[in-house]
Parts: sequence; C-alpha cells; structure tokens
Amino acid sequence: MLATASIVTEKKIITEKEKVIAISHLYKSFGDNKVLVDFNLSLYAGENVVVLGKSGSGKSVLIKCIIGLLEPDNGTIEVFGKNIPDLGHDALDEMRVKVGFLFQSNALYDSMTVRENLEFPLRRHTIKMAQKETDRLVKDALDDVGLAHTIDMMPAELSGGMRKRIALARTLILKPAIILYDEPTTGLDPITGKEIIDLMIEIQKKYNSASLIISHDMNCVRMASDRVIMLIDGKCYAGGTYDELKKLTDPKIKEFFE
Amino acid sequence: MTGFIMGLVLTMQLRPSLVSYGVESQLPAMVGIAIVREIGPVIAALIFAGKIGSSIGAELGSMKVTEQIDAMEVSGTNPFKYLVVTRVLASTLMLPILVILADAVSLYGAYLGVNIRGVTSFDLFWQQIFDNLSFGDVVPAFVKSYFFGFAVGIVGCYKGYNSRKGTEGVGRSANSAVVLSSILIFMIDLIAVQITDLLHLN
Repeated sequence: MLATASIVTEKKIITEKEKVIAISHLYKSFGDNKVLVDFNLSLYAGENVVVLGKSGSGKSVLIKCIIGLLEPDNGTIEVFGKNIPDLGHDALDEMRVKVGFLFQSNALYDSMTVRENLEFPLRRHTIKMAQKETDRLVKDALDDVGLAHTIDMMPAELSGGMRKRIALARTLILKPAIILYDEPTTGLDPITGKEIIDLMIEIQKKYNSASLIISHDMNCVRMASDRVIMLIDGKCYAGGTYDELKKLTDPKIKEFFE
Repeated sequence: MTGFIMGLVLTMQLRPSLVSYGVESQLPAMVGIAIVREIGPVIAALIFAGKIGSSIGAELGSMKVTEQIDAMEVSGTNPFKYLVVTRVLASTLMLPILVILADAVSLYGAYLGVNIRGVTSFDLFWQQIFDNLSFGDVVPAFVKSYFFGFAVGIVGCYKGYNSRKGTEGVGRSANSAVVLSSILIFMIDLIAVQITDLLHLN
C-alpha cells in the first residue's frame, strides 16, 4: 500500500532537491505505549510535507524528537546530515538556529511583550547584534505576519489568531531553513485557520524554506501540502500527494478523507 | 504584619508567667531572644514559602504546560539556568534580608506589648534586648534563614518544572510546593538546633 504513490512522488523530488531531514527506523515509546514504531520520513529543501494522523497517534512526539526535545529509543534523525540524538548541547543549539518550531500552544512568554518575545531567540542564539539590527529583524518578522502594530502589546492582549501569528513571527526571525509546525490551526476558527495556512504558504514561498506540518485538519492538509505522510499505528502507513491518497481505498486512509 | 502581631502576642502571653516568677523586668530580653532565634526566621520563612514558593511553583508549572519551557530550549536557552538557578539564588539571598526586617517589626510589636501593662522606654527596651543577645543567638538564626530560602526556591522550582496534567497540575504544583517547603523549613530548623547545640551555641 505505501506506496506506489509515495515512491513516485519522492523520486520526482529527489532528483531536484537536497534532503534536509531524513528519519529512519525511528522508535519511541513511553512505558508500554509504543508511539513510534519503525517510522521513516524524508523532507526535501523547499518542500511542504504534512504528517497526518489521529490525535494521540504520536505526531507531536515525532516533531519533538526532530527538534531534540525528546530522545528517541532507537533510529536516526538526520537534519542537514547530522544525527540529532548524537549532537551535544552546543551543536544542538547551532542546529536549532536552522530549524524553527511553531508550538501548538504558541508558547509565547506571558511575562514579555511581543517585542521581547521576538528578541528572545535573537539574543540567545546570536553572539552579539546591534540594537538597530535587532529592531529591524523584529519589525521585518512582524511585517511578514501583518502585526507590526502589536509590538509593545502583551500576549494576553492578543486574540488566538494574533498569538499564532506572533508565534510564527518568532519562529521566522532567525530565517530558518526548515520550519516545523505542530498543529498550526488547532483551536482557531475556520477563517483564521485559513489565514494562518495562507500565511504559512506565503512564508514558504518567500524564504523557500522546507516545512514539516503536523496536522489532522484536512483543510490544512489539502492547502499546505506538497506531500502527505499518514502516521498510523506508529508507522509511516502511506505517503503521496493529497489527491493520490484521496483515491486510495484502504479504510484506515479513507476515513480521513470522508 | 505577621511578625508585628507575633511579637505583640508573644509579649502579652509571656508577661503573666514572668510576673508570677517575679522576673517581669526580663520580659524584653526573653522576647528578644525568642524572636531573633526562632520566631522571626521561622515565621518569615513560612510566609515566604506561602507567597514565593507557591508563586514559583505556579509560574514554572504554567510555563511547563504551555510549552514555554520547551520554547526556551528551542531558542538556545538552558531553561534550568535561566529559570531555576536565578529563582533559587534570589530566594536564598533575599530571605535573610526579610528575616532581619521581620525581626525588627516583630521586636517593635514586642515593645508595644511590653508597654500595654507597664512602662518601659524605647531606649531601655532595646538596650535590654541587645545586652542579652549574643553571637550564638544571631549568627545561627541568620545562617539557617539562607537554608530556608534555598529550600523554598528549590522546592518551588522542582514542583513547577515537573508539573503535569495541564492547569490541574499547575494548581497541584503550587500547593505541594508550599506544603513540602514548609515541612522542609521545620526539618532544617530541627537540624539547625541540633548543630548549634553540638557547637554549644544554645
């Protein structure tokens, strides 16, 4: 089942693009609960891949293993050719400059203004930067998400959609080559959700970044994906474009598209 | 406020016993030793645990469940250094200062308590207190308050940092931070008195 569709699509991309994430034989369990079982995935430069699965299927665990917040039990996660579980603290920090992460809950720092939230990764990841340069980067990132006027506001003063945009601006400020999105439309109304998806596509085009999007929102999957990976039973169950997967008759896949 | 009331109440409750033994004049000295050695540090530490311990537990717990701690890690910050070390240091260094303040306010309450039923001048009151206080009274009390502050900070951070199960977990972290740090304060106090006893400072 996995994939004729998947193989065809990957082959087409392999010839054109560099592989930026390569996950092979990934295992992760919590006690007796086996969350990821021999999971494999590749992401190519400039590509948008959506990992689709039910709630609790291990999508967020997968993305946290990629960014190094969780350690896998077994397997390799190569980002730009470096195996994440093998990296030391400094090397991991260096890698995280190239990989942005948009958290499901936005994870904006409550006690900081929007400006301070955006400056935080700059100050932490960058050795030294003039205040003028920092201000310019903050302004650019806010302009990208259309919220320049919120610069001195606190996160509590913003709506859910605005918070998501600010979190996206914070992710973008280091101009990462890969952006990981954890359920970017969860908790948003359909209109705001569509705005966020449009913004993600716009940003991907502007910076030519690769995106790995974790979602179970079919609108997000349809609009944002170049390729879809189905995460079922802890494995990469099937892969292909949205249209290719929609045509498949396997009941486990079909239930997502009905 | 708590220190002031404790000083006042302690003085008023001690007076009848001292009167019956005919040593009413020793009231300021006795109250002073009790406040400086025990009441001031312990009461200040317990109030500190209730206010600061719960606040640290709730703040870090809330940051944990809303993934703010993970976001810090992704931003190249070591959350342990940025959030835990700073808070533990602050609580360890600030509690002794609060203890000095609590002692002063509490002794002022005692001065008012002494003067409810008698007449003792401000100068005489303080002279009697300082004449009867020794190195062995002040230093151990001051030193143990550093340990109280450390206990409150570390317990609040530990409980907050290991918060689970959403908002319910945040409440539980704040609550258990106060309970555990209060118990630790009494245990440290117990150990401190054993050590001062061994060193013949009691």
